Amino acid sequence: MAVVTRRAWLATLSLAPIAGGAAAWAEKRRPGRPPQKLSGRERIQRHHLPNVELIAHDGRRVRFYDDLVKDKKVIINFMYANCQGICVPVTANLVRVQKLLGDRVGRDIFIYSITLKPEEDKADDLRHYAEHHGVGPGWLLLTGAPADVDHLRRALGYAYADPAEDADKSNHIGMLRYGVEPLMRWGACPGMGSPQHIVRSILWDLG
Amino acid sequence: MHPLRFRSSKLAEIARKNRLEIVKAGLTRRELFKLGLVTSSGYLVAKRGLSALGGCNPGECQLGCSPPTTPFVDALPIPPVLPQRVLSDPGFQPPPNQQPSGNPNDARTEAHQFRERFPAQKFFITRMRPNAAFKFSEDATNLLRIGPQLIWGFNQGAQATSDVGLFPGPTVVSRYGTPIVIRRFNELVPDSTGFGVPEVSTHLHNFHSAPDSDGGPCDPVFTRFFGTGKFYDYFHSMARAGFDTNQFRATNGDVRETLGTLWYHDHRVDHTAENVYKGLAGFHFIFNDFDTGNEATGFHLPTFPQFDIPLFLADKLFTPEGEICFDPFGFDGLVGDKFTVNGRIQPFFEVQKRRYRFRMLDGGPSRFYQLFLTNPSNPSQSIPFWQIANDGNLLPRPVEITSTRIGVAERMDVIIDFKKIWDRFGHPSRIWLENRLEQLNGRAPTDVILPPGNPANVVLEFRLVGVDNPPDGSLDPEPVSFPHVACSPNDCVFSPICLPLLPSDTAPAPEDRIRLTRSFRFERGNGQWQINGQLMDCTRFRFTVQRNTAERWILRNNSGGWQHPIHIHLEEFRIIRRNDRQIQCGDTEFIRKDVVRLQFNEEVELVMRFRDFRGGYPMHCHNTIHEDHQMMLLWQVQDTGDNLTEP
Repeated sequence: MAVVTRRAWLATLSLAPIAGGAAAWAEKRRPGRPPQKLSGRERIQRHHLPNVELIAHDGRRVRFYDDLVKDKKVIINFMYANCQGICVPVTANLVRVQKLLGDRVGRDIFIYSITLKPEEDKADDLRHYAEHHGVGPGWLLLTGAPADVDHLRRALGYAYADPAEDADKSNHIGMLRYGVEPLMRWGACPGMGSPQHIVRSILWDLG
Repeated sequence: MHPLRFRSSKLAEIARKNRLEIVKAGLTRRELFKLGLVTSSGYLVAKRGLSALGGCNPGECQLGCSPPTTPFVDALPIPPVLPQRVLSDPGFQPPPNQQPSGNPNDARTEAHQFRERFPAQKFFITRMRPNAAFKFSEDATNLLRIGPQLIWGFNQGAQATSDVGLFPGPTVVSRYGTPIVIRRFNELVPDSTGFGVPEVSTHLHNFHSAPDSDGGPCDPVFTRFFGTGKFYDYFHSMARAGFDTNQFRATNGDVRETLGTLWYHDHRVDHTAENVYKGLAGFHFIFNDFDTGNEATGFHLPTFPQFDIPLFLADKLFTPEGEICFDPFGFDGLVGDKFTVNGRIQPFFEVQKRRYRFRMLDGGPSRFYQLFLTNPSNPSQSIPFWQIANDGNLLPRPVEITSTRIGVAERMDVIIDFKKIWDRFGHPSRIWLENRLEQLNGRAPTDVILPPGNPANVVLEFRLVGVDNPPDGSLDPEPVSFPHVACSPNDCVFSPICLPLLPSDTAPAPEDRIRLTRSFRFERGNGQWQINGQLMDCTRFRFTVQRNTAERWILRNNSGGWQHPIHIHLEEFRIIRRNDRQIQCGDTEFIRKDVVRLQFNEEVELVMRFRDFRGGYPMHCHNTIHEDHQMMLLWQVQDTGDNLTEP
């Protein structure tokens, strides 16, 4: 048998047909048992809110789903400490958003900024970044094992389909994701938008 | 006719290389089919995410993970017509007056513009409600895989719980000259499906409405959407555009601005895609003294509702367990692997051997279609049909086509003559409406035209039944269609609904004279949609157009490998050119439009008027996932406009 390249092998691992996916579908059916149904909340948790271990800028070890998102109203973005591009205006915006939201941040709304460079950004680097930019209580900067952080990034939709585009960290997705986890209510807006617009959009969803 | 580009996409190219490598490795095509690794088009289809070897995980919402279903086992459902209601109906307490009632459940805070001039004569109620047992198929085998389930919809207006939400919603039928009020109640509640936000704003797509009744997404002052337990009265003058200009005040608007095929849909800012996908949409037809809905009168177009049929196209994804699903974390767009028409998966429709008018709507969220007629017994046949309208507008001359491209929110009215098909194509008992445009993700189609005759690509199966010569009093478009008849810019087969005067730089009337040219670049930076380098802002208008004037807008797609159906509220436009090609008579886009497809690297030139109403409107991408990620801007019409050329 001829050699199969890695690309083709990956293709066989992860590909399914566009329509009438009977073969792929049949693989997962266990004969004689009704299909397992997940609630929407379970589905979102399983596919988009993985319970990976992360390290916060204050040194705490936390689980993403259990400790940070479950039963909470949250605002999420991605950044990295030595980012010279959009992280600066987005962080500045989020600081203004935090001020506009007042004491709700840390009480019933939580902000999470997750690093795109977990191999570089240790908790200390993130702590310096937080102090430098005026990050207040209720807002955590997060790092972790690179594979976990990358898994989380993809699950939250912060990956480009084109691998070359995705590898360019300076072009990273600047959207804010916000949601009410128990209500399965998730929205997004551009992180570089006006703070007034961002707060209005967020409060429409978080209430 | 649309130029078809048969070039391969990059993805298709990669897929082809993969396939060659697998073939080299010794797996046969048949084995690959068995493994589900190759599609009918021969491409391996990328599927991102958490999938395990050859299968889909529980709850996975990905192309290729929906359960298999048998096509053509469900009859095409036809949505009911929304019944008119008397003002004594208990649903009209408090009454739907021009001023908002002040009742705490009345979500409206603005008076209806121009209602004193156009007193409402017909009243409707509809309630947005869950439907706990909606069936995407009624076939017993299909039901085992995709069972009855919760969706949202619009009901027929009654309070009784048996009047459930329907998808598509009831068809609203109105008539020029008879102003209407539709009271829409929000009776939706949060549920466990994982998508849908129970706050709503219902846009009557294509109608010339004031901001108070347009059902827009957001506004610097007004909150356009409303929550559970509230209602909103939408007033539509049923007057044509131009009714408040000197030229057309006496005639209540320009008859040439007549609209026919419209639709209504939710427009809740940031959540439109999931709410429409969950079922909050339906048709709105407007008849008039010429397009009467009766083939014995007027233009003699096929009679509504027997031979004038709405087709609401919507592609859906289901989990492997058979539940409709929506990825609220996807930025690119959503393409489904189940085609539905009027809410059923790949239904059939029994037709007599005569002419029908089909009003096809691409209900989104992201897919573009290229629709052909295929004889399954002889797929190589090229079967003509006649396009008579584009968006809400009758064409100046019917155009004979063998396929038509349709993007999200666009509508195409076509005449299919099953008698001619029966006579000319060997007495086929079945004809397929087949989508042959390949699209693998929500960003854009590949522009690959797939080979004909694949049941997986069929949207709807027509079954020719009955006698060979049934009565047919409808217009035969063939003898008056292009290219059987040479076209001219002055064509007007459906007189007096002819093309309005094209605005120009030198026209005498201010509403016909182009006051300004504005340019809009649609771009993406750091995964955020931008227009002219700026982001969406619900707290301000980007520019102000002067009321009762015309402008030229240049729209440019600078977003690389993406396509965008761009929709502009308030009034329609004419597409003057795509890139360097002028839109000419005989093109199906040689007509007024409210959605323009901005295809790969295209620049389009539009001219449009801004008449009658004052207030704010959006321009946005109608790939509703792009829209919800704020590929949009707000602008307004006031008595004095600004001169911003790149706002």
